[in-house]
Amino acid sequence: MSTTITKAGNRPLSAYLYKRAKLRLFSLLALPMFWIVGVYILSLFLLLVTAFWFVDPFTSKVIVGFTLDNFVSIFTVPAYISTSIRTLLIALAVTGLSVLFAVPLGIYMAKIAKPWVRNALAVAITLPLWAGYLVKIIAMRLVFTEEGFFNWALAPFGLSGPTFSIPIVILTLTYLWFPYMALPVFTAIRQIPPNLFDASSDMGAKGFTTIYRVVMPLIVPAIIAGSVFTFSLSLGDYLAAKFTGGSTQMIGSIIAANINLNPPVAAAFSMVPIAFVVIYLMVARRTGSLERM
Amino acid sequence: MSTGFVSLRGVNKYFNEVHAVANLDLDVKAGEFFSMLGPSGSGKTTVLRLIAGFENASSGRVVIESQDVTDLAPFDRPVNTVFQDYALFPHMSIQDNVEYGLRTRKVPKAERAKQALEAIDSVKLSHLSQRLPHQLSGGQRQRIALARALVLRPKVLLLDEPLGALDKQLREEMQVELKRIQREAGITFIFVTHDQEEAMRMSDRIAVFNEGSIEQIGTPQEVYEKPQTKFVASFLGVSNIFDGAAAKEIFGSSTMVNIRPERIKLVPADTKLNTGESGVVGTIIEASYIGATTIYLIQTQSGQRVIATRLNEELPDQINRYETGDRVGAVWKSDHSAVIPT
Repeated sequence: MSTTITKAGNRPLSAYLYKRAKLRLFSLLALPMFWIVGVYILSLFLLLVTAFWFVDPFTSKVIVGFTLDNFVSIFTVPAYISTSIRTLLIALAVTGLSVLFAVPLGIYMAKIAKPWVRNALAVAITLPLWAGYLVKIIAMRLVFTEEGFFNWALAPFGLSGPTFSIPIVILTLTYLWFPYMALPVFTAIRQIPPNLFDASSDMGAKGFTTIYRVVMPLIVPAIIAGSVFTFSLSLGDYLAAKFTGGSTQMIGSIIAANINLNPPVAAAFSMVPIAFVVIYLMVARRTGSLERM
Repeated sequence: MSTGFVSLRGVNKYFNEVHAVANLDLDVKAGEFFSMLGPSGSGKTTVLRLIAGFENASSGRVVIESQDVTDLAPFDRPVNTVFQDYALFPHMSIQDNVEYGLRTRKVPKAERAKQALEAIDSVKLSHLSQRLPHQLSGGQRQRIALARALVLRPKVLLLDEPLGALDKQLREEMQVELKRIQREAGITFIFVTHDQEEAMRMSDRIAVFNEGSIEQIGTPQEVYEKPQTKFVASFLGVSNIFDGAAAKEIFGSSTMVNIRPERIKLVPADTKLNTGESGVVGTIIEASYIGATTIYLIQTQSGQRVIATRLNEELPDQINRYETGDRVGAVWKSDHSAVIPT
C-alpha cells in the first residue's frame, strides 16, 4: 500500500500529463514537428518562392519579385530540356539496373543461400554504405580513368575500356544506390512463403515463369519503395556526372552551375526532380501497387 | 523393376547429418488411397516431397508409372500437390490460381477459363471465383487448393496434411469429400497425415512411418489388428502391450503381445476364466466416464497397467459399474490378442 502512495507522490509531472491528452500529444510531437515543418518544409517553400524571383542582368543581384521566366526557360531552352530528359532516363536506367541485380540476388539470398552466405552477402551489399559518398565516386573514377583498371586489363587484347560517359554515370549511380533497392527486395522475397515456389513448379512453371508470375507481383511494393531511393537520389545527383560522366550534364549540374550566378534559375530547376518523383508516385499509385504496401 | 504405380527403391535422404529417410522401399498401387502416417519428424513429408520432386534423393530411385523420375524437376513430373497451408498465390484471384497450371501448359485462354471454372464449380465455390485467397475461409481455401491441383488431371495427387488446419467438423466433412473425389476421379492419392483416425477412415492402405523408415504397410485393419512392431501397436489407437515377465505370467512365453482396450471385459476378481480366455486380476486405479465409453485403468499385482474401454450401452445407473479401488478381473478372448514379432 505504502509503495502505491509514494509512486503517485513522486511523479507529479507524469500524473499531470496523464490527465491532459492534448498536452501529452504536443510534448510527443514538438521536436519532430519543429524539424519537419520548421526546417524541412520551410526550406523547400523558400526555395519555391526563390524560383519566382529574378536576377538583375547588369548587377547580377537577385531581385525579389515575381516572374515565370525561370520556369519557362526549363521548357524552352533546348539544353535544359535535353538535360531534364537525359537525367530522367539515367535515373530510370539506374532503377532498372538495380531491380535487375536485386531480384535474382534477393531470391538467392532469401531462399537458397546458407545462413552464413546470406549474412556475408548482406554485409557485402551494405558495405558500400559504410564508405563516404564521394569516396565511392572517386573509386569508380579510378576504375574507369584512362590509366585505370579496365584500360590496363584490356590493353593486352588491343582494346580500350569505356571512357567517362553516360553509361559510366549509370553504373556509378547504381553502385551508389543499389543497397537501397537490394535490401527491401531481399526482405520482401524473404517473406514469400517457400511453398509458393514449390506450388509454382508443381504446376509446371519453370524458374523464370515463377519469378515473373509469382515473385515479381509479390515484391512490387518493395521495388517501389526501393525505386523511390534509386530514382530520386539519381535525379538529384551531380557529382557522379561531374567525376565519371565526362561532358555529361545532369539536372544537378545545371543547379550547381547556377547556384551562385542565378539562384532563381537553380531554384526553378530544383523543382524538376521533385515533379518527376511526384509523377512517378502517381503512376505507381494508379497501377494499384501502393495499396499493398 | 517395380510393381507399383508409384515406387521408391532404396531411397535415402540426408539433411546434413540427419538421416531423414532411411533406405526406403515403397509401392503404391494405381487408383489407391494411400496414407503415410507417422509422428512429426518421421520422414513422411520428406517422402512426399521426394515423390513431388521438391527434394532430391541422396540415393535410390523414384518411379512413377514405370518412368524413372528421380532426376526430373517437379514441373516435369506427372504429379500434383495439395500443400499443408494451401500455398495459394495471394496476389491472384481464385480463378487465376486455378488457371495457373493450365497457363504454364499453354492451354488457350478460353479453354483454361472453362476448365478452371468447372474445377471451382466441382468444389462448389463458383460464387467466389473472383475473390482473393485471403477473403476465403480456411475450408474454402482448402477446396480451391484441391481444385487447383485436380484441374491438371494428375495421375497421382500428393496431399501434405491438407486438413491439418481445419477444425474438427470441417475436417470430417472434407475427409468424406476427399474420399468421394478420389473414388470418382480414380486418381491415386498419396496422403500424409499424423492423425491415425483420419488415415484409418480414408485409406485403402496405410504406411506407418517412424524415424525415417516404414514400420508397417497394410490395410487399416491389418495395421490395427496385427501390428508388426511395438511402435505401430502404440501409435495406432490405444494398446496394452505385455512383454517379458508379464507376458510369461499370462501367456507362458515372453513374446510381446498386444490386446486392445475395447476387447477387454471386466468381471469380478474371483471369476474363473473360461476356455479360450485370458486375463489378469488387478485394482481399478482410475475410472473415467467420457460419454460413449468409460475408460478403466487397472493395475495388477506385478505393477503392469491395463487399460480397458467399455461401451456405455446402458444409462450409468442401470448397470453394475465398477469404481476406483474395486478389484476386478480383466478378461479377453485369447485369439483377440496379437503377437508383435519385433
